[in-house]
Amino acid sequence: MNAPEPKDAFKVVGTRPIRPDGVEKVTGKAIFGTDYKAANMLHGAIVRSPHPHARIKSIDTSKAEAVPGVKAVITGADFPSLEDIIVRMGESSGSTVDISTNIMAKDTAYYDGHAVAAIAAVTRQAALEAARLVEVDYEILPHVIEMCDAFAADATKIKAAINTVGLGEGEQGRPNASLKFTSAKGVAAAAMANAVHVVSGHYSLKPVHQGYIEPHAAVAAWKADGKLDVWCSSQGQFDVRGLTASVLHLEIGNVRVMPLEIGGGFGGKTTIYLEPVAALLSKKSGQPVRVAMTREEVFRATGPAPGGEIDVKLGADADGKLVSAEIEFQYSSGAFGGGDAWAGVMHSVNHYAIEDYKVTGWNVLCNMPKHAAYRAPGAPQINFAVESAMNDLADKIGIDPIELRLKSAVKPGDPSMMGSKFGEIGLIECLEAAKAHPHYSAPLGKNQARGFACGTWMNYGGPSTASVSLADDGSVLVTEGNPDIGGSRASMALMAAETLGVPYEKVNVTIADTSSIGYSMVTGGSRTTYATGIAVIEAAKAVINILRERAAKMWETDVANIEWIDGSAVCTDADNAGKSFTLAQIAAKAGATGGPIAFENGVNPLQHLPGYGAHICDVEVDKETGNVSVVRYTVVQDVGRAIHPAYVEGQMQGGAVQGIGWALNEAYIYNKDGRLDNAGFLDYRIPVASDMPMIDTVMVEKPNPGHPYGVKGVGEVPIVPPLAAVGTAVSRAVGKPMRSLPISPDKVYAALNGG
Amino acid sequence: MPDLAYHAPDTIKQATDLLAANKGSRPLAGGTDLIVQMQSGRVAPVAIVDLKRIASLKEIREEAGYFAIGAAVPCTSLKNNKALVAEWPGVVEAANLIGSVQVRNRATMSGNLCNASPAADSVPALVAAGATAIVTGASGEREVPVEQIPTAPGKTSLADGEFVSEIRIPRQQKGGSDAYLRSIPRTEMDIAVVGAAASIVLDASGTCTSARIAVGAVAPTVLLVEDASKALVGSKLDDAAVAKAMAAVSAACNPIDDKRGTVAYRKAMAGVLAKRVIQIARERAGGN
Ligand SMILES: Cc1cc2nc3c(=O)[nH]c(=O)nc-3n(C[C@H](O)[C@H](O)[C@H](O)COP(=O)(O)OP(=O)(O)OC[C@H]3O[C@@H](n4cnc5c(N)ncnc54)[C@H](O)[C@@H]3O)c2cc1C
Repeated sequence: MNAPEPKDAFKVVGTRPIRPDGVEKVTGKAIFGTDYKAANMLHGAIVRSPHPHARIKSIDTSKAEAVPGVKAVITGADFPSLEDIIVRMGESSGSTVDISTNIMAKDTAYYDGHAVAAIAAVTRQAALEAARLVEVDYEILPHVIEMCDAFAADATKIKAAINTVGLGEGEQGRPNASLKFTSAKGVAAAAMANAVHVVSGHYSLKPVHQGYIEPHAAVAAWKADGKLDVWCSSQGQFDVRGLTASVLHLEIGNVRVMPLEIGGGFGGKTTIYLEPVAALLSKKSGQPVRVAMTREEVFRATGPAPGGEIDVKLGADADGKLVSAEIEFQYSSGAFGGGDAWAGVMHSVNHYAIEDYKVTGWNVLCNMPKHAAYRAPGAPQINFAVESAMNDLADKIGIDPIELRLKSAVKPGDPSMMGSKFGEIGLIECLEAAKAHPHYSAPLGKNQARGFACGTWMNYGGPSTASVSLADDGSVLVTEGNPDIGGSRASMALMAAETLGVPYEKVNVTIADTSSIGYSMVTGGSRTTYATGIAVIEAAKAVINILRERAAKMWETDVANIEWIDGSAVCTDADNAGKSFTLAQIAAKAGATGGPIAFENGVNPLQHLPGYGAHICDVEVDKETGNVSVVRYTVVQDVGRAIHPAYVEGQMQGGAVQGIGWALNEAYIYNKDGRLDNAGFLDYRIPVASDMPMIDTVMVEKPNPGHPYGVKGVGEVPIVPPLAAVGTAVSRAVGKPMRSLPISPDKVYAALNGG
Repeated sequence: MPDLAYHAPDTIKQATDLLAANKGSRPLAGGTDLIVQMQSGRVAPVAIVDLKRIASLKEIREEAGYFAIGAAVPCTSLKNNKALVAEWPGVVEAANLIGSVQVRNRATMSGNLCNASPAADSVPALVAAGATAIVTGASGEREVPVEQIPTAPGKTSLADGEFVSEIRIPRQQKGGSDAYLRSIPRTEMDIAVVGAAASIVLDASGTCTSARIAVGAVAPTVLLVEDASKALVGSKLDDAAVAKAMAAVSAACNPIDDKRGTVAYRKAMAGVLAKRVIQIARERAGGN
């Protein structure tokens, strides 16, 4: 592809206009998941297992059915059985058998909160009362939740059918491990033996939730013709359609999914939980049904990102250059296969050039909800361990942490862990910018300390469709298939406006339902501004070619004589030289020159161009209470090119805040009976605004040659480095390594008092 | 599905009549506990009696001997009473640590007290201040120390049909002040892992003539730690006296291990917070 256009050539790319969806959202008018109502709609309620592991001996729904107003009751028996088909999603893949089983237990409940039955009734109250009257006869089975129990060689197997994939010849798996995956280069052990400086450590992390503010909700209408309409908020209506169709054994074209506004997903809304439940209730009752989760249900039944147990050993030569890495870790995946071990391995040392390494990851099942993607899935956990160890190494050698990293940092042309050569990556630029930032050398106050970490996310493109069409007054309509989570309507409008040479305000962006435009993969994996952006720019370029043809007709000349300059067709032939028609003038004549002006464009850019970030964190520790406050935080990141800088900065800040919460306070707490004890934001502590300092951002712009305007994915990188940046800062303030997250006040207190 | 009746009486008499007539009814003040508990199914009253329409319960009266804070006064309003803020800054702060601005615009101290959570933020401050509650029922009024209202988590000493109509806080003595602090992992929107309040009176020489130290979230009900008072009264609140008081507070605690904190951490924090509130109250009382 051609080199991206130089930055100073841009007219609107790089500006910060108000997002098109902004007014509707800040005035509370935008329609989110739970806002949508259909005529004659019923209200759903879900019966959930109170046991972390139990065989369902029988379910008696007769009392529930007798409640006045109840129109339908379903259980796992109402779901179609499924062949095991792998369905691709943006950030993870899963088997539809697992997805269907997770949506509604069939013969066994695998976690506290696992759905076992559902009701539809004329009021939510009636549905809830009926839900209480469903009688489930459980045979309680032994459960395993903590990684140390789940991974033990003699662990209770939570499912008969678990096999460890990826074992060597004759190698023994573990009862609950579904995958062992190794990436190796050279001979790590021998290189480690020759290393001059060696550090090692064991790191632990609890599972965490994505913490999106909007609970899941879906409305489904099973129509008389057997086709299904669904309204829901998700990260991708097309994947909701595909998964729902698979689970319900429907033809994909018979399912139409209408996207609603989404109040946060962070990977957790790339899968489905409610749509088939609402659909089957609708089928049985003959009315549209809304099923919405409470916050408690969101915590009990959706989203954990894996917890992990990680062993890291790093070796460096006398100079500090990394010569070997030996890493082995386990990630929890909830009660189902799949998981993030592969991604954990691939992001472990993909920021360092090391001749010899061996990295092994395991996916391990336990009696928790099915794991779901969370922003840079699998990367923050392993990065916490590797970057904390890097800081230990810097201390051991007595070298500045950024200097240490510069000795091994990957650069364009180096081999990546994926087996290819790196393209135009910007890690070194980020490290240099962090080193030069005033924060890095600012003096620290009493009880304060500083931590540094850098990290990466691989980024991806994948399939997207967009169309650009014109109305006869010159309005530009961009239609895309990606839900707008972080301001992507604004970015699409900016890219279309830039390409066409029209003002941003002329462009209207619509996120279409699955029957109104071609397929687009989920909004996730940091892919949307990159891949869907390419679709929009190319569609806009195609529209320019149509406009040139129409102008040529209007001047009765050859299209080769028409140039597109600043939103107008300019004629270069002798008769009309220098004359021009604006986009609006040509659009007004569309009827006479060939009909509607529109172009739909499907793309599938497969590029992996990793993004890199470098974070600096200052904390202050209250030595008497163990409370940690983050007093200063700076995020440096290579963003390729910021189409809308404010929304790029928002991604950088938001990722940092989520990472800080993960480091300090977030964790699932299960009681001894295997029940979730903190299913709400009171005791599942995501940061509140007053916990955070202003997060400073530095955008390093090293354009991506694979995108017309230089875009790189930016959404995921910023959640990767904070865990180690915060952890290291606290460790230094405390004077002891803090290697187990979350670093809550009681843990800090214990460390300070000899614990 | 049980039916729920909602009553909004205009007078105290109507309120007591309604409460007496409807067994299983509950008073509603801000509703920031009650409605949440009804939603989660933890409580299912047959009727609720809203206290917010009763004009006399929405006032703060400055009497000669005490402040009278009506049962329907939201925590935010406490900050607008200059005399109360000057005399009992710790009580006002404690009530204004509850939840968020939105929550405090509804929530009341009486509701905080009658909800009977061991972690209620305003209660240690009220106990330290020597506050009383006016308990009103069909048969009239009685005045009881606030610490006698909650008897166990979620349980109160109120008889059926009784409610708290106002909280009385004595006027501050010369040389007296108070303070409240809590330990939480976040900076707001959290439940106290430990809360501690101190109410201190110093004489002209800086000697402590009265000290009331109360701690929350470390026992089934808020504790007034007599041994801490003993350690402080008669001293100039020097390090040794404060250390003794800290030890007395930690020793008095009888906390549980739960998701919000361990026994060891709670005991240690009770001591640390006690020390800090004593220091703040002393500074406010004009000591140095
Ligand atoms: C988001 C959130 C955050 C919170 N944070 C905190 C916090 O930081 N600290 C804290 O301590 N609490 C917190 N709470 C709990 C709650 O806000 C407080 O306990 C508040 O003071 C309750 O007052 P209320 O007026 O809303 O009580 P209500 O909910 O109206 O009543 C509480 C209980 O007391 C009874 N009651 C109310 N008034 C009377 C009366 N006059 N006489 C007899 N019985 C009565 C009710 O029947 C009910 O059982 C929080 C709640 C929420 C929702």
